[in-house]
Amino acid sequence: MKDMSVFALFSTLGALLAIALGVMFPALAMGRAISRALDALARQPEAEKSILRALFIGLAMVESLAIYVLVIVLIVLFRNPLLAYLLK
Amino acid sequence: MEQSQVIFRIGALLVTSTVAMTWGIMAILVLACWFGTRQLKQSPDRWQSALEGVVLTMQQAIEDIAPGKSPSLLPFIGSLWIYLVFANLAGLVPGLHSPTGQLSVTSGLAILVFLATHWFGIRASGWLPYLRHYVQPSPILLPFNIISEISRTLALAVRLFGNIMSLEMAALLVLLVAGLLVPVPLLMLHVVEALVQAYIFGVLALVYIAGGLEAHATDRADGDSPP
Repeated sequence: MKDMSVFALFSTLGALLAIALGVMFPALAMGRAISRALDALARQPEAEKSILRALFIGLAMVESLAIYVLVIVLIVLFRNPLLAYLLK
Repeated sequence: MEQSQVIFRIGALLVTSTVAMTWGIMAILVLACWFGTRQLKQSPDRWQSALEGVVLTMQQAIEDIAPGKSPSLLPFIGSLWIYLVFANLAGLVPGLHSPTGQLSVTSGLAILVFLATHWFGIRASGWLPYLRHYVQPSPILLPFNIISEISRTLALAVRLFGNIMSLEMAALLVLLVAGLLVPVPLLMLHVVEALVQAYIFGVLALVYIAGGLEAHATDRADGDSPP
């Protein structure tokens, strides 16, 4: 049973650490992208449509990185494939 | 992450709640469009002008990204947009789940986009010029081009699935720890996120297809194919 508690402890810690890092860096990237887009918007307000479209696509790209982390974390927490070896 | 339960079976075919939801959405959309376009008039009534507004807006959005290509692209991209809006928002109805919260559904849509990219690209430029754009800047980039094709399809599927699934799960978790009516702000976020994700999926499909279409037109020196 000791194995089990160590396993639970480390997978929880790993998941928390992963989601913390995986949210932090995309947040920085999104902030940079938005600030640059606002710069461009202030300089060229007439190009608003194309700037915003590129911004949305870029934000979706960056955001999907955080989503990958979330999916991995959920797999580790709820459907950990390594658990089968431990229970055997 | 939960599996969808089986509702009924046709022979050896299991019909899960996800498939049933998809069929329901399809039936609603087809019936709405059929009733809306049964008797078209010069001076449109309310329903017809609403439908026309939707179609014209989508046509304009496609025209902005791929100029001159909207007649051929509108059926595919427009269907994606309309279906995804309804599918993403369906999770807000009590008792129903978004079909796009299942990885199999979004994978199917992403594979459709993957195939459509090549279909439109080959139809526009022919086999050889289309295949040549994979070795375009230099043949060394061939593996990277192929990897980018696969990874962007995967990213398309996982992005939509992850967003919709995590929204439903977040609302559920807040309901678990906080109680009734507390998840309502999260559900409002769900509305925004569902619309944005539907838009993003369609726009990315459009960008990929437009990239395949103009593969022969220019040697794309910038070499952008987002992952």
